[in-house]
Amino acid sequence: MDTKEFLKQIVEGTGVSGYETPVAALISKTFAEVADEVRTDVLGNVIACKKGEGHGKDPIRIMVASHMDEIGLMVTKIDERGFLKFTQIGGIDQRTLVSQEVRVHGKKDLLGIIGMKPPHLLSPDERNSAIKMQDMVIDLGLPLEEVKSLVSVGDMVTINRNFIQLAGDFAAAKAMDDRAAVAVMYECLKELAKLRHCADFYAVSTTQEEVGSRGAMVSTYHVEPHIGIAIDVCHGEMPGVPEQDTAPMGKGPNLAFGANIHPKVYERLVDVAKENNISYTIDPVPAGTGTDAWAMQVTRAGIPTGLISIPLRYMHTSVETLSLADVKASGKLLALFIASIDSKFVEGLLCY
Amino acid sequence: MLLKKLSEAFGPSGLEGEVRNILTEELAPFVNEWTRDALGNLIAVKPGTRGPKVMLAAHMDECGLMISSIDRSGLLCFRKVGGLDDRVLVSKYVVIGPKKIPGVIGAKAIHLQRPEERTQVIPLNGLYIDIGAKSKEDAERLIKLGDYAVFGTEFGHLSDTVVKGKAFDDRSGCAVLAEVLKEQYSMPIYGAFTVQEEIGLRGAGVAAYAIEPDLAIVLEGTTCSDLPGSLEHGFCTGMGEGPAITAMDASVITDKRLVNELLRLAKENNIPVQFKRSITGGSDAGRINQTKAGVPVVVISVPCRYIHSPVSMLSLVDFENTIKLVKLFLESIDKGGFAL
Repeated sequence: MDTKEFLKQIVEGTGVSGYETPVAALISKTFAEVADEVRTDVLGNVIACKKGEGHGKDPIRIMVASHMDEIGLMVTKIDERGFLKFTQIGGIDQRTLVSQEVRVHGKKDLLGIIGMKPPHLLSPDERNSAIKMQDMVIDLGLPLEEVKSLVSVGDMVTINRNFIQLAGDFAAAKAMDDRAAVAVMYECLKELAKLRHCADFYAVSTTQEEVGSRGAMVSTYHVEPHIGIAIDVCHGEMPGVPEQDTAPMGKGPNLAFGANIHPKVYERLVDVAKENNISYTIDPVPAGTGTDAWAMQVTRAGIPTGLISIPLRYMHTSVETLSLADVKASGKLLALFIASIDSKFVEGLLCY
Repeated sequence: MLLKKLSEAFGPSGLEGEVRNILTEELAPFVNEWTRDALGNLIAVKPGTRGPKVMLAAHMDECGLMISSIDRSGLLCFRKVGGLDDRVLVSKYVVIGPKKIPGVIGAKAIHLQRPEERTQVIPLNGLYIDIGAKSKEDAERLIKLGDYAVFGTEFGHLSDTVVKGKAFDDRSGCAVLAEVLKEQYSMPIYGAFTVQEEIGLRGAGVAAYAIEPDLAIVLEGTTCSDLPGSLEHGFCTGMGEGPAITAMDASVITDKRLVNELLRLAKENNIPVQFKRSITGGSDAGRINQTKAGVPVVVISVPCRYIHSPVSMLSLVDFENTIKLVKLFLESIDKGGFAL
């Protein structure tokens, strides 16, 4: 399958943190076509493995973590007329919720609209401040009894958004953070089929990153990799945001370095990119990266960790925008990196 | 379904052509005579032999955006066309210009905001449309200054009887009018699909001037605010409670004789009706009412939740009942059962 088509399928799929099963099923099915084995662990992580040519008892294991969970909403109350009150799962700007179409994942998927009072009826004070989430409701347009029979408190809600192809190679959707990174792993799996690699590649679609990298923690323990790479998104350049907080769009993967990143892993990523004429940008991060790399690094006795990020605008909105060329380039870089790893390199990771 | 076609059509105030085309095509088998005027109003003329000259009006235009400049980065700055609340714009999908170029209105990521920013409305000059252009020159290949944008919302069903879509204000009124124009009456009927309502009731006045009606019926998709947080007497209208009749708004006091006749017909035929319980906002009725030596007017509306936003909602039962009520009213005039 074309990587763009795969990305479209998974961003239009559903998987709020802790409830990743629907999107996990899509990923498992597609990864099974290109990996040697795919399994799911107790926290719902989808672990796909593509074996390398390495032999012996303890082949080199490289684990890549891309989180498949998305931010979302959860029903907290059904009011006396059938309107739904809700709360958030993950970091959501309440201002981006007004007038959104949503899908309420009840006994069946229901379309709804996040309502607010019409502007004609607002007092001047109300017009000058953001609507608070507690003052919004989800309107299903259904009678109370029908709402009660189909929806329960605790049901998940996602924004109803189709994948949008923009000009050139740009695209917008919900949940690009971080399913674009799952697409990077898919691209990598396809690239690796053309390459020789001695390491085993574990492509892990992790759960619950948005609430604290919980899926990465347990899957890293389980896979016990020699090298761990997280793929995530970083802020793309845009007016009104300082340049040092962002990375340029369409200029290739953004490679982080700092305490969270093993220097030799970073150097190897840079070397591989240079040797293969893959353009990249760099991101100095002094402490936490806010990604699965942060959890992976301190798993078991410590894991040498790297981080590749895809520049993305409007993070945590329903129109997260990125360059599909950056996704492809990240997948290619990752595959070439994996193919470059041998036991000598792995041994060197312990020599500071 | 005509309502779906009309809802998804591109027609901000001043550029209503796509809506005009849908209507002339839909009504071709039923209307032999059309007039168009200098502003773009489309008037279906159905000549009659006796009785008062009746004007029915529904506006074709919708709220939208207009591209006002292109940033160095290739992002588009815009101004609003009509009364859109700034707060509904963030994180939405739009289509721009005659080629319907897709774009999104983004917002700075929550991670990059100061906590106090999250309680403030993002000002219009802090919002951009992103079409994926990599530079100003790249954007200029696809977009011209002055191009309009509208929300790229698809029409859809929430249930068998409740639908969602953009621009129900006033494409629902256009759809009601189109259905009514498929009937034949003995009095002369002028079906006016008007322009530029959202920027100041501009089209209806000139249409009424040309038509010189004896009475006028304005068909609207009006505000429902039957939502938690609003007082019941401030609901304006309630969805599912039937067509809404206006006694008064900021632009007009409607003709009591026409209102009473509508109430009588509704009661006699078991059609639920409601009064619009808000007197803010205006409609084309205001202009028609004060045209030339004056025209008696009445306004009948399909109640719609969330008008002037990317997605609104209405009850098809209300919609069908509005069509039924307008037809009954015209039949009553036709039979001579009602005269001014």
